Order: sequence, then structure tokens, then C-alpha cells
Amino acid sequence: MSEGTIKKFMFVNRKAPYGTVYALEALEVVLITAAFDQDVSLVFMDDGVFQLKKGQQTKGIENKNFSPTYRALDGYDIEKLYVEEEALAARGLAEEDLLVDVTVMSRAELGKLMEEMDVVLTF
Amino acid sequence: MASIEVNGKSYETDEEGYLVNLTEWNEDVGKYLAQTESVEMTDQHWEVINFLRDYYNEFQIAPAVRVLTKAIGKKLGADKGTSQYLYELFPYGPAKQACKIAGLPKPTGCV
Amino acid sequence: MLHIVNKSPAERNTLESCLRVAQEGGAILLIEDAVYAATRGNEGESKLRDALSRFKVYALAPDLEARGMQDRVMEGITTVDYGGFVDLVAEHKTCQSWL
Repeated sequence: MSEGTIKKFMFVNRKAPYGTVYALEALEVVLITAAFDQDVSLVFMDDGVFQLKKGQQTKGIENKNFSPTYRALDGYDIEKLYVEEEALAARGLAEEDLLVDVTVMSRAELGKLMEEMDVVLTF
Repeated sequence: MASIEVNGKSYETDEEGYLVNLTEWNEDVGKYLAQTESVEMTDQHWEVINFLRDYYNEFQIAPAVRVLTKAIGKKLGADKGTSQYLYELFPYGPAKQACKIAGLPKPTGCV
Repeated sequence: MLHIVNKSPAERNTLESCLRVAQEGGAILLIEDAVYAATRGNEGESKLRDALSRFKVYALAPDLEARGMQDRVMEGITTVDYGGFVDLVAEHKTCQSWL
């Protein structure tokens, strides 16, 4: 990447947390990318919306609860968080069940947004 | 696994000297880790260390330097929210060195 | 027989396969990402609700808690802890994991 070039990055989160390592790995990649001053958007679709569910308590499964880290994204200047409307509905979730402020969007709108990106990485 | 000994108690560290279990941390461990980094701890140092521990408790990560600088400026005053101030306190990198003394893991993306 | 399912219903069709094959009177234990299937308001809710008349369905509590879903378990599903998991395995002559 040449200096001064800002690309539009989109990270698409599609997996539930804990069952696989994708969600945590994606979060780490996002935090690292933040250091390069790029234009970063995060999308949570399909089971990925579960990553943002309030009230996660991982003591019982002896895993690190990384859900509080989504609240740190704001401090990393990552403020564009989009959540798939249909995915929430299909899981009995609503915007107030999520632990960070997000923009809820339809699949169709997300698809359009995706077209505007320079780089799209799906986890 | 490496380890350090403070007040007769042994603490596990990784090969770079970061504490493995951050719940084991206490002020004496912090002082010991500071010594290994040749950092003379003052109130200003502790202010940053305590800030880092609070940040970690809230967000479960150690902040990147840029994020730390900004957040310190907000919490402790703009004069302290500069990388120059933080590098004066922790010459080998505020995130890296201060995180080690605070008993936190190395910040993500900090090589 | 005890059937153990660990995949999210939106990600894989293992729960569906299990429900098709399992014989009446059997037990189904939902663990890991499969606990999402045990929650109210999920897309497959009615299908699993129908199955409750034929099978005894359990969900692992620590996995529900980890995912912040412990307050949304469907009526008729029993939550168990790790000790209960072991008991279920011991109670049944055979055990199948739908990986």
C-alpha cells in the first residue's frame, strides 16, 4: 500500500462466537487494520449477528469473553458497524439486544454497500 | 515457560517476560517488572499503569499506542495525551513496556 | 439413544438430519453453537417445538450463557450443566455425535 492511499475495507462477520475461532480472529485482524488508517466497515450478517449479543458470560466454557472488545472499536475510530436486518429477525433478536451502536440494514442495502468497497474480507 | 519470583511467590511469564495470568498481578509484581525494564516508577507511571488495567478490564484488550494516547488525553488531561509524554515515561514504547508492567498481554498488532 | 448436536442450525443442517433420523423416545442434547436452536424466536423454533413431543431435548447451560442466550430457552427444553451432560451419556446405551 503506498503512503496516503486510503482504501475502503469491509470485514464481513458471518459466524457465531466461540463455536469456531473465526469471530475472534476477525476481530484481531480488524484491530490491526485500524493501525493503518484505512476506511474500515464491519458487517455482521447471518450467525455473525450473535457476536454482538449482550450478556455473554464465558466462565463456564473457559473461553475468553471477547464481546467487550467490540465496545473498544469506537476508540480505534471504527465507527461503521452494519447489521443485517433479516439475520436479526431470523434469530429472534432486535437492535436493543446488541452491545454496541450499529446501523441495521437490509440484505439488499448491504449488497450495494459491498459493491462500493476496495477490499472485502469474509470470516 | 519462564517465570519470575516476587516476594517468594513464583509467577509464570511468556518468553518475552509478559505475565501469563493477569489476575495474579499486584503492585509488587508491577514494581518487579518495571525493574526488569529499567523503569523507575513514579506517580505518573502508576497513573498510566492503572489506566491500562482499567482499560483492559473494560475492553479485554491492551490498546494500541494511538488509542492509548487519545484515551489518556481524555481521561488524564490533554498535556498527558501525547506520545512524547508517554515515551518519556516508558522509553521503549508505552504500549509494549507499560503493558508488560501492568501485567497485560502484548497489544494486538504490536510486533 | 442420545443424539448430540453442536452446529448452529443456520450454518449446517445436522439438527435437521438428526430430527429426521432419531427414533421416538430418544434424547437430543444441543451443545456449542447448536444451543442457538433452543432459543425462542429463531427460524427453526416451530420445527424443534414439534419435535418436543417425540424427543426429550436438552441444551448445555454453559454454552447458552457464553452466548448470552440463557434467558431465551424455549419452554419444554431442559438445560443441563457439564455434570448433567455426563449423566445423560451414562443413562443412554448409545450416543451419537452429529458432527
